[in-house]
Amino acid sequence: MIADAAFYVFAAILIASAAMVVSARNPVHAVLFLILAFFNAAALFLLAGAEFLAMILVIVYVGAVAVLFLFVVMMLDIDFTKAREGFQRYAPIGAAVGAVLMIELFAVLGGWKIAPGALALRFAPMDAKMHNTAQLGSLIYTDYIFLFQMAGLVLLVAMIGAIVLTLRDRSSSPLGSRHQNIAAQVARRKEDTLVMMEVPTGGRTLATLYPKVPETVGADAHHDAHHDAHSHDTHGGH
Amino acid sequence: MMSVGLDQYLTVSALLLLLGIFGIFMNRKNVIVILMSVELILLAVNLNFVAFSAALSDLAGQVFTMFVLTVAAAEAAIGLAIVVIYFRNRGSIEVEDVTMMKG
Repeated sequence: MIADAAFYVFAAILIASAAMVVSARNPVHAVLFLILAFFNAAALFLLAGAEFLAMILVIVYVGAVAVLFLFVVMMLDIDFTKAREGFQRYAPIGAAVGAVLMIELFAVLGGWKIAPGALALRFAPMDAKMHNTAQLGSLIYTDYIFLFQMAGLVLLVAMIGAIVLTLRDRSSSPLGSRHQNIAAQVARRKEDTLVMMEVPTGGRTLATLYPKVPETVGADAHHDAHHDAHSHDTHGGH
Repeated sequence: MMSVGLDQYLTVSALLLLLGIFGIFMNRKNVIVILMSVELILLAVNLNFVAFSAALSDLAGQVFTMFVLTVAAAEAAIGLAIVVIYFRNRGSIEVEDVTMMKG
């Protein structure tokens, strides 16, 4: 009886928060209502006896997917007032499709029943003595091992795809990060970078190693006369 | 108050599916809300799987729910990545702008 009341409470909150997800004016609020909907769906899973899936739903959806949504919503600079245009324009067709679907779904819901031989066709009947998680584990790692590994591959491809899509190479832009060129550092020689200069200091001459001014960078810093002729066309590129 | 069985779960799941589809039609300007509506639809699917799994006491439905969850997470990641690069290029996430390629 208490479980029944809890079901109705959780189901009502789930439906209400799902309605708020699709009708909220602010996308941040929509994401927060989505999190509430996931929590209530996890509670419904618990009431149905799927404890492991309820925990997975909270961890994966609330912990990862909804937070990802929240990050993207807050990262993108969306014009919230503009995002609600066209609500009236698409309301009739949305309501029409929704009404047709609702009639069909409830017609199915009113007329279906489980086939008499269905219980004999079960693939993995539950064992009342085993815990839900243990049962799922013993099923996933035996009969569904290939599907399980394919799920891992799907996640790997999704991860690589998301990184490849959003990775931006900033090395060519002036604001971008500067990367270390290890080959250039290793190939650097003393003769290329240092020059021996004789500095007269009060009577005796001191020989000192001075850093050589690089050609391209030096053309920007010191606008010397003998650099002007050839350096203007070389440093125009960067 | 009716005792909770398979029919109640299926009703909740059907309502969730309807709200998700309604959300896709309503939010033509905002791709992120459309992605959230897709998540709602997949949640309705998962609820159906779990309800039938509990009613028939067959664990295969719960295993399949896990795979649906995996695909939903991957879909959300890829979809949001596409939204991010689309916003970077166009400065908006309106669905009607996506027709620029006329594909």
